Amino acid sequence: MKNCLHELTVASVFVLFLVALMAHGCASAPVQRQGEIPAKRPVSEIVKPDVQYVIDAFDPWEGMNRRIYKFNALFDKYLFLPVVSAYEWITPDFVQTGVSNFFNNLHEIKPLSNALLQFKMAKFEMTLSRIVINTTIGMGGLLDVATLEIPRQDEDFGQTLGFYGLGPGPYLVIPVLGPSTLRDTGGLVLDAAAYDAMIDEIMDELDMDSNDDEDRLKAGLTVLDGIDTRHQQGFRYYATGSPFEYDLIRRLYLEAREFQVAH
Amino acid sequence: MKRLLLTLFGLVLASVSSASSGPYDYPFTDAYVATVVNTPSEFKAPLPKKVRMKMLALTVFEDRNIPDVFWYQNKLRYSLAYQKKKAPLIFVIAGTGGSFYSSNMQLFQKIFFGAGFHVISLSSPTHPNFIVTASTSSVPGHIVEDSRDLYRVMELAWQQVKDRIEVSEFYLTGYSLGAAQAAFVSKLDEDKGAFNFRKVLMVNPPLSLYSSVSKLDKMLLENIPGGLDNFNAFWADLMRQFSEVYRLMGYIDFSGDYLYEIHKKRPPKDHAKLAALIGISFRLSSSDMVFTSDVMSNAGLIVPKNRSLSTHESLTDYAKVATRTSFLDYFNELFWPYFQSLDPGMSKEALIESLSLESIEPYLKQAEKIGLVTNEDELILGAKEVDFFRQVFGSRAMIYPIGGHCGNMTYKDNVEYMLDFFKN
Repeated sequence: MKNCLHELTVASVFVLFLVALMAHGCASAPVQRQGEIPAKRPVSEIVKPDVQYVIDAFDPWEGMNRRIYKFNALFDKYLFLPVVSAYEWITPDFVQTGVSNFFNNLHEIKPLSNALLQFKMAKFEMTLSRIVINTTIGMGGLLDVATLEIPRQDEDFGQTLGFYGLGPGPYLVIPVLGPSTLRDTGGLVLDAAAYDAMIDEIMDELDMDSNDDEDRLKAGLTVLDGIDTRHQQGFRYYATGSPFEYDLIRRLYLEAREFQVAH
Repeated sequence: MKRLLLTLFGLVLASVSSASSGPYDYPFTDAYVATVVNTPSEFKAPLPKKVRMKMLALTVFEDRNIPDVFWYQNKLRYSLAYQKKKAPLIFVIAGTGGSFYSSNMQLFQKIFFGAGFHVISLSSPTHPNFIVTASTSSVPGHIVEDSRDLYRVMELAWQQVKDRIEVSEFYLTGYSLGAAQAAFVSKLDEDKGAFNFRKVLMVNPPLSLYSSVSKLDKMLLENIPGGLDNFNAFWADLMRQFSEVYRLMGYIDFSGDYLYEIHKKRPPKDHAKLAALIGISFRLSSSDMVFTSDVMSNAGLIVPKNRSLSTHESLTDYAKVATRTSFLDYFNELFWPYFQSLDPGMSKEALIESLSLESIEPYLKQAEKIGLVTNEDELILGAKEVDFFRQVFGSRAMIYPIGGHCGNMTYKDNVEYMLDFFKN
């Protein structure tokens, strides 16, 4: 059973790579324009070539990344967040919590498989216990009873690649999803494929009357999953107010990933 | 974002321990710890879980030309928390660089909403959104001018919400720089009379803006080993310690309570790192302000004069310059030249004095409606400045022995005092 939405995701990532490659070298160097007067504290004097700055990052596709960042902010404002708000308005709080728990439980396949791939057995066992507890006592994942005892673990294929020595590569802002790197985007695609295969298995077990029903259910799940993911995510574009938000988010993302890979 | 960074940094917390005796049991006797950790949940005043609120936006100047690079700052944003019945309305002004929805502002919103107030939360005039959309000069830091801008915004916000809510009386408060602005706004209201505030409370204000920002600038400059050119090493060290803390705690969480847990587990060291963290947080706020002001006023400080930046142009190099620009650099190289050009006869000293609460001392002395809360160990004040407040405000000043800069604002005793002040 093929999932059309999954194919769509893979296709869009490929398109993204093409765009990324084309945009390579587009990050424009500042040009002196007519009527300009040099700044009192010019970049050329204050920024020293021999000093390393925390805010520096390997971002060769910065021009494209900043455009996608803006696109994401607009997408969020005019489509994503209104849908999420409607969802939050329609459904009672306990339903929202149940939905979040349900999807979080399904997505534990990610830390489970990746902990195993890195032979992090403690994390693997904790995640396995969480899945067993939440799927049984937690009624199919609707309740997250495990968290009281076992904290949720965080592993993904990007981290697995990092664990085996692959560097992050260029920073990349993915449409809709946001900050990533070339390595982590690859990881994302593989994690999505693993998740998809698992959902297929579960669907087959459900043994539905027709393939159409199955497809509809899966599409519905995917949409709800997306809405729930945004619902759980507190980030709001430009809420920092900082004109350097792009730079700050980039630094925090790269720092957080480096930390995750190391642990 | 700043809160997140401070929290992240605060993870390296190496602190001096607590448990003071006597009637005031705020948990941190160390001003630096208090300023970074604030008030852990178990010591906080009870807060409502949910607040009935709306995010609102205003166009302050119809003809304002907003540069492409600030395309997302199209309106002044603020929030209204509202009661369903007739109730007093309180305006809350954020501290330096603070947004109307910063974590401190959300706490204030909860406190006053829970106590039965309508609450209008306003960003600081030093916050980029305010500079771009609501500052007349786009050169923030002039407390008299900024307070005029605030007053205009308050009048417009009131126009926008007055049909939705029933208001009995008006109140005003602010913390840090917002507290000093509250006093100037109150004075302005004595002439204009739009609100006739019944009570105004200043929480942890600076006395002289210039002297307080000098102190904050120094916290950064004096506590990065080897100076700012070695900031990268300082940062790397922070990240290493972050890893250690993670191993110690077994999990990560970006709350003040997490910092408190670390504080309990880690033995005391010294103040240098905490002071540096406070300095970094202040520098991040002020560099946002400086860059925004520079672009809006076309001052040519960091960005070449007359250059128009596009929406997707890299700002990384400007960020490097902005973070190397202290508040005092901004004061001397942009702020002072701007206000001097408006009034060539004025001296720099006169300008600095006009930015101090001392300039309205007679008003503060006789204005029974204004109260003040601060701490003996306030990091942005010297001992003499605390004495000045004590002498000017008399019984209207509540000066706690500890709490640092705004660390104890939401401690239960403080909240009780604050609500009593407004209700009596």
